[in-house]
Amino acid sequence: MAEIAPDASFDPARPNPTGFDPEAAAATRRHFWSRFLVYAVLTLFAIVYLVPLLVVIFNSLREQSEIARNGLISVPRSFRFDAWAQAWGSYCVSGTCEGMKRNFFNSLAMTIPATIISTILGAMNGYILSKWRFRGSELIFNLMLLGVFMPGQISLMPWAFLLGKLGLTNSTYGLVLIHVVQGISFTTLFCRNFYVSIPDDLIKAARIDGAGFWRIFRKIILPLSPPILIVTVIWQFTGIWNEYLFGVVFTSGQQQPITAALVALTAGGTTARAYDVMSAAVLIGALPPLLIYLFGGKYFVRGLTQGAIK
Amino acid sequence: MSALMIRNLHKSYGSLEILAGIDLEAKTGEFVALVGPSGCGKSTLLAMIAGLETVTSGEIWIGDRLVNSVQPKDRDIAMVFQSYALYPTMTVRQNITFGMESRGVPKAAQAEAVQRVAALLQIEQLLKRKPGQLSGGQRQRVAMGRALVRDPKLFLFDEPLSNLDAKLRVDMRTEIKKLHHRVGKTTVYVTHDQVEAMTLASRIAVMNQGSVQQFDTPKRIYDRPTNMFVAGFMGSPAMNFIPARLTGSTSISVRAADGSDASLALAAPMPAGAPKDVVLGIRPEHIYRFTTDLKSRKPAVASMQAPVELVEPTGAETLAVLRLGDLEITGRFEPDDAPVMGETITLGIDMSRACLFDPTTKALL
Repeated sequence: MAEIAPDASFDPARPNPTGFDPEAAAATRRHFWSRFLVYAVLTLFAIVYLVPLLVVIFNSLREQSEIARNGLISVPRSFRFDAWAQAWGSYCVSGTCEGMKRNFFNSLAMTIPATIISTILGAMNGYILSKWRFRGSELIFNLMLLGVFMPGQISLMPWAFLLGKLGLTNSTYGLVLIHVVQGISFTTLFCRNFYVSIPDDLIKAARIDGAGFWRIFRKIILPLSPPILIVTVIWQFTGIWNEYLFGVVFTSGQQQPITAALVALTAGGTTARAYDVMSAAVLIGALPPLLIYLFGGKYFVRGLTQGAIK
Repeated sequence: MSALMIRNLHKSYGSLEILAGIDLEAKTGEFVALVGPSGCGKSTLLAMIAGLETVTSGEIWIGDRLVNSVQPKDRDIAMVFQSYALYPTMTVRQNITFGMESRGVPKAAQAEAVQRVAALLQIEQLLKRKPGQLSGGQRQRVAMGRALVRDPKLFLFDEPLSNLDAKLRVDMRTEIKKLHHRVGKTTVYVTHDQVEAMTLASRIAVMNQGSVQQFDTPKRIYDRPTNMFVAGFMGSPAMNFIPARLTGSTSISVRAADGSDASLALAAPMPAGAPKDVVLGIRPEHIYRFTTDLKSRKPAVASMQAPVELVEPTGAETLAVLRLGDLEITGRFEPDDAPVMGETITLGIDMSRACLFDPTTKALL
């Protein structure tokens, strides 16, 4: 730390007609430089993180021939949306020329129901495990927690067996089932920890008031839940949308979610690589979670940090 | 008829015994306070009356019904919680009507009941607010409104005032008392504050370590505590306990500050078979400055010398710490007549108000 130099001209007892306070000015200067440094570092990191995204966005708007000429990383000298249209509706992947459209809707058809169902189940589990404890409920909670730390690939074989038995291989329903079950650990953990902060007296008061299990859930617990439900919905939607392993293992071709189809897009074909279309396809695949983040990000943080009762 | 009757009630969690055989009874319209130090089991007892805790053994009767296995909602009770337990997402009106809605009371009757209770508690202007927009005292009122609207057989209060600041607590205490007079419902009130119990209750059950030590009127509990625990718990500053020896059937001696024995005449003769060693219990307000005038007014006054160690004026009264043998006792004096520090005062002890305890059983003799 720098020593504060004694200033002969400064005498607190003497009135200061100009209003100039050298101590305050020095403090302002120090404050400015420390701020400057912080923002410079933050800006640098932001650039490092944003450059890949920028490159992909640029390439999705450049002509393929221009990319071939000037290289993958370059400032665009051409500008068109053709690649986006191709990637969405007409690009050929392993024989079918429908673009990513079908896979995009597959992903939606998988992600939306799986998110909703796993969130509802998580909320109910959390409600029971925090407010209707029974002998062994802590054990059950701990076993469910194990699921949080279990890597997905461990359950690949059991799922293959189960989906086979149920006749749900190569179907979106199969993936919905997988993601609901795999997601319950997280949603239960989120909701249970949130509901623990709701005072038990509320439940007792409601019981004396004549409300039962479901009425307490609907009228008291659920109205307090939006912060944590937003968190679980964002978490589940992003996680399920971006999930790749189960999609690529259990579905093929037209049934694949967009993450799996993107791999097929980059791997397939003997023709020259269409970097413009690939870039656009990647962006299409990344758009939903990105939008969720942009619109819901602040609620996510708020929901995780705030308790049930303000 | 009793509104509440509890017989030989036990509660244990595994091998941990919380309540060890409680017998208690509240007559219709009575205000019973359960008071005791924390961990004495008073809140558990209340939760069992409400049906929020299961009964290990024993019986709970509300009115003429054995309610051991009756659901809380069917016990015809209402409860006010220490935390108020207002439903945070509902307005005050919805908080009050929630129970009626659960029971399927018609809308018109609900509105009427809300109006009645809101007028009674003066919370009409708050009905549209949420609990988060209310002050502590207002929340307290709403919580009581939610209980009152039910018109139950039994009111249960679980330390309802302990979350309020000191001044508000006294105000609300008065209001609860007024309310009870007006409504006249049987009430069981749990508190750890002995002043609350004394001021509100028609009968007090003093509890300690899972059992009722004494169940009696506030005056009897204060004047004739059945054992040293009750004597020490009720009253502030606490009753002085002074070891003493019986020197005859009507006199005891205590060790004074200078090491000599002072003899004090008892107001009534000791029963035969009393132990030789006893504990003299005397409340601070029954210790006076000795004067001949005092003696003529209170013939049972016995006198002895004691040096004054410390004086604590509180405004309304002055507390003095007095040296007696190797122990300190507290006396309560009129501020105008208070002793000064360092003085040796001649005490007048009103022996008609003294309690004698058996030091081994701790029971009142």
